[in-house]
Amino acid sequence: MKKYIDHLILIIGVVFMMGPVVVAFMTSTHDAAEIHMQGLMTTWGGHFAETYDEVLFEKGGFTGQVTGLAMLKNSFILGIGFAVGKIVLSMLAAYGIVYFRFRMGVVFFWMIFTTLLLPLEVRILPSYMVMSKLHLIDTYSGLIVPLLASATGTFYFRQFFKSVPDELLEAARIDGAGPFKFFIDILVPLSRNMVAAIFVIMFVYGWNQYLWPMLMTTDESFFTLVRGIKQILLVWVGSQIPDYNQAFALAVLAMLPPILVVIIFQSWFIKGLTESDK
Amino acid sequence: MANIQIANVSKTYAGDIHAVKSVNIDIADGEFIVLVGPSGCGKSTLLRMIAGLETITSGTASIGGKIVNKVEPAERDIAMVFQNYALYPHMSVYANMAYGLKNRGTPKAEIDARVKEAVRMLELEPYLDRKPRALSGGQRQRVAMGRAIVRKPAAFLFDEPLSNLDAKLRVSMRGEIKQLQKRLGTTSLYVTHDQLEAMTLADRLVVLNRGEVEQIGTPLDVYHNPASTFVAGFIGSPAMNLVNVEITGQTIAFGDQTISVENRTLPQGKSTLGIRPEDLRLAQDGSGFAFHVDYIEELGAQRLVHGHASGTPLTVTLSSEVALPEDIRLSVLAEKLHFFSAETGKRITA
Amino acid sequence: MKRVQFSHPYLPYLFLLPQMAVIFIFFYWPSAQAIQSSFYLEDPFGFGSTFVGINNYTDILSSSEYMRIAWFTVWFTVLVTFFSLSIGLLLAVKADAILKGASAYKTLLISVYAVAPPVAGLIGVMFFDQHIGPFVKFAALFGWDMRIGINYYDTAIAMITIAVWKQIPYNFIFFLSGLQGIPVSVREASAIDCRSGLRRFWTITLPLLSPTAFFLLIINMTYALFDTFGIVDTTVKDKAANNPITLVYKVYMDGFRGNDLGGSSAQSVILMIVVFVLTIFQFRFLERRVHYN
Ligand SMILES: Nc1ncnc2c1ncn2[C@@H]1O[C@H](COP(=O)(O)OP(=O)(O)OP(=O)(O)O)[C@@H](O)[C@H]1O
Ligand SMILES: [Mg+2]
Repeated sequence: MKKYIDHLILIIGVVFMMGPVVVAFMTSTHDAAEIHMQGLMTTWGGHFAETYDEVLFEKGGFTGQVTGLAMLKNSFILGIGFAVGKIVLSMLAAYGIVYFRFRMGVVFFWMIFTTLLLPLEVRILPSYMVMSKLHLIDTYSGLIVPLLASATGTFYFRQFFKSVPDELLEAARIDGAGPFKFFIDILVPLSRNMVAAIFVIMFVYGWNQYLWPMLMTTDESFFTLVRGIKQILLVWVGSQIPDYNQAFALAVLAMLPPILVVIIFQSWFIKGLTESDK
Repeated sequence: MANIQIANVSKTYAGDIHAVKSVNIDIADGEFIVLVGPSGCGKSTLLRMIAGLETITSGTASIGGKIVNKVEPAERDIAMVFQNYALYPHMSVYANMAYGLKNRGTPKAEIDARVKEAVRMLELEPYLDRKPRALSGGQRQRVAMGRAIVRKPAAFLFDEPLSNLDAKLRVSMRGEIKQLQKRLGTTSLYVTHDQLEAMTLADRLVVLNRGEVEQIGTPLDVYHNPASTFVAGFIGSPAMNLVNVEITGQTIAFGDQTISVENRTLPQGKSTLGIRPEDLRLAQDGSGFAFHVDYIEELGAQRLVHGHASGTPLTVTLSSEVALPEDIRLSVLAEKLHFFSAETGKRITA
Repeated sequence: MKRVQFSHPYLPYLFLLPQMAVIFIFFYWPSAQAIQSSFYLEDPFGFGSTFVGINNYTDILSSSEYMRIAWFTVWFTVLVTFFSLSIGLLLAVKADAILKGASAYKTLLISVYAVAPPVAGLIGVMFFDQHIGPFVKFAALFGWDMRIGINYYDTAIAMITIAVWKQIPYNFIFFLSGLQGIPVSVREASAIDCRSGLRRFWTITLPLLSPTAFFLLIINMTYALFDTFGIVDTTVKDKAANNPITLVYKVYMDGFRGNDLGGSSAQSVILMIVVFVLTIFQFRFLERRVHYN
C-alpha cells in the first residue's frame, strides 16, 4: 500500500515538473489560431515542421532581423565558450594556488574568494559601463569574458587538486617532471571526470544567461535564444492573435539542448553540481 | 651504484618541530639499510630529505660522493617506492614504468628493453596494458617496484612499501624485495615501523627514536646487544622484559624477590634489567623466583605465558609440551641478561 | 596545502594571470565603481556628477516604494524557499524509498534544472495567460478572475509558482544525494530500533540531512533574491509599475530605465551587504558538509 502512495506522489511530482515542458512542446506543433481558440495542447498537432522551419530559418519571425538558427548558434557559442573559458581559467588558477609555494598565493586566493560575495546581478550597471568603456558591447568576448569573473570553478578545482595524493607529485618529480609536464601529463588527465562534470554545469549556466546578454547585446545578430525570449514578449503586447506556436517553438529550442545535456550526462551533471556547490 | 653519506642531517619544521636531529649514517655501496622506529620518529622525513622531497635544514647528504642538498629529485639518480605506490592512475602499467625514462630522453628502444626486462623479473607480463585500478594490491606494489628498477638508479628508497598489503602477501613480497636487491646490488634505504620486516631485510638496521639514531648495527647485533631500553623494547617480538632492579654483589633484587647470578660481574646499584622471553626457563622446585601465570597464548609449537613476579609483569616463551600450574618458578640464563642505566636507559657494558 | 610544492619565481603568477585579469577588470573595477557612484548624484543629462554623501542611501531607505518592494522580496524569498525546499525534500524521500523506476523518476524530476528562468517564466506566463491559460480557466470555475500582469496578487502567485517550479530539481538532487549518503548500516540500525517510518524520518533521517538542508536554505535564498530576475522580467511583462518586483529587478529598472545611476548603485551596495552576510553564513557551515570522493 505504502509503495503505491510513494509512486503516486512521485507521479504527481513528475506531472508537475515535466507537464509544462511537454505541453509547451505539444502546443508548439499546433497553429496559432487553434491555440488561441482552444488553449494549451496536450496532443500532437500537425504543424511541427512548418512552425519550426519558420522559427529556425525565416528572418522576421519575431524581430525582423534574426533567425532562430542564428540565435541557436549564439547560444552554443555562449554556452561552450563560457564553459571552456571557465575550465581553462580556473584550472590554471587552482594549479597555481595549490601546487606552488609563493608569497602572494594566499592574497590571490582571498581576492578570488571575494568574488563569491557579489553576484553579477548586483553590479550590472557599473559592469555595463566598464564594458562600454572597453567597447565590448555587441561582441562575443563582451558576452562571455565578464561572466568568467567568479570563483566557483577555481574552488572546485582547488578542492579536487587538494584531494589528489601528494605522492603523485613526488613520484612525478622523481620521474623528472617539471611544473608544465606534471600539469599536462598527470594532473589534466587525472581531472578528466571533473572537467566533464564542470563542463556540463557551466554549459547550462552559460546557455541560460539572460540579464547579461540583455544588456550586452543590442545588435540582434548577437542574440541568444534565451535573450530572444525578451523579444517575444515585447512583440506580444498589442498583437491580436499572438504567435503562440512560434513562441512555444522558440521556448522549446531554448530548453532542449541544456535539458538533453543534463539528461545524457546525468551522472557528471550531478557530480558537478553536488561537489562544486553551485 | 653508489654509497650514501648522511652527515649531521637535521630537519626542523615551522613551529620548532625537530623531526630529525643530527643524524649520521654511512651507507656502503650495495648495502641494504633499514630505518626502523615507531610512528612519527622521523623515518619518512629522513628518507624524503635524501630523495630531495624535503629540504635539509642542516647537515649534508651525499650520493656517490657528491653532495646533493641542492640537487633536484630527478637529478639525484634515486628511485622511490611509496607506501600508497603513487602509480599514475590514468597510465597503463607500461606507461607508468616508462614515464621517468621518457622524461630523461631515453631512446624508445632502450625504454622498451628496460621495461620488458623489469616486467619479466617481476612477472608482470600479462598486465602491461592494464591501468593500476585493475590490479591487485600486490601487483600494484610490483609495478611500483618496476618503476624504480627501470631507471637503474644509484639507490632505491622505500617508504613502508608493504604496509598496505595483507599479512601473507607482505611476507612473500618481503622475500622478493630482498632477492631483487641482492640480484641488482643496488644500494637501498628502506623505511618501516615493522621490526620483523626490518630484521629480515636489513644488512644493517638503523633504529630511530624521536628523530635521533638509537643504534646502528646488523640485525643480530642489534637483537643481542640492544644499545638502550628503547631498542630492547622495540626490536624483538614478544618484546624484551624490562625490570627495575637493585644489585648488590651477585644478587639482583626486584620487588620482594632476589635472583643470584654467578659467573658474571654485575653493575652495582639501581639499573634496568632486560631479559628476552625465550631466555627465561622453568626452574626446578625451590630454585629461581616465583611467577604467577595470568593467561597463556598458544602459538602452536610454543606458548607465550603472561604473568607477574612480585608485581612486575613478565612474558615467558615456553614449550607447549608441559601442563602449567598457576604458580611456577622461573630461572634466568645469566649470560643473556642485559643491563641498562636507570637514568639514561643506555646499555651498561660490563 | 600540499606537502611538496613547486617553487618558481614567476610561473605561479603566470598561471594566475588570466583569472586575476578577468577578476580585476570585470569584478573589482565595476564593484568599486558601484560603491563610488552610490555617493554621487549623476546629472540626468550627463553634465558631471556631484558628491551627495549618503543621500542616495537615505533616499532609498525612506522611500515607501522601496520598502514595499523590500517587503515583497522578503515574502517572495520566504515562500519560494519554503515550498521548493519542502516539495524537493518530499520527492527526494519518495524517490529514495522506492526500488523500481527510481532512476526514471530521477531523470524526469531533475530535467527542469536546465530550463532558463526566463524560459520558465515564458511557459508559466502561458499557463496563466488570459486567453489560453488553463490555470486562469480553472480559477474562473471558482469565480476567481485571475489577471496576471494586472492584478498585483495574481501576478505574485504566478511568479512564486514559477520560481518554485524552477528550483525544485536543485533541491531534489541535493536531498537525494544527501539521503543516499546515509550509510546503509545506519538505516538498518534505525529500522531495528524504530518501527514507525515517520518517527524514523524525524529522528534519524532529518537530523542527518540537516547540513544539506542548511546549505540549501542559503542557496535557495540567494536564488530567490538574484536568479529569479528572468522570471520576474517575463511575468511582469515590462509593466513593473503596479506589479510585484524584487529588489534586484528594481536595481535594473532604476539603473537602465530610470537612468538613476546613484540610486541604483546605492541599491546595489545594499544588496551586496545582504549577499555578504548570506555568504558568510554559508561558508561557516559549508566546511562540515563538504566531502570529496
Ligand atoms: N610538514 C610538516 N610540518 C610539520 N611537522 C611535520 C611535517 N611533516 C612531518 N612532521 C612531523 O615530523 C615528525 C616525523 O614525521 P615522519 O613523517 O618522518 O614520521 P615517520 O617516522 O615516517 O612516521 P610513520 O611511521 O607514521 O610514517 C612527526 O612528528 C610529524 O608530525
Ligand atoms: Mg612515514
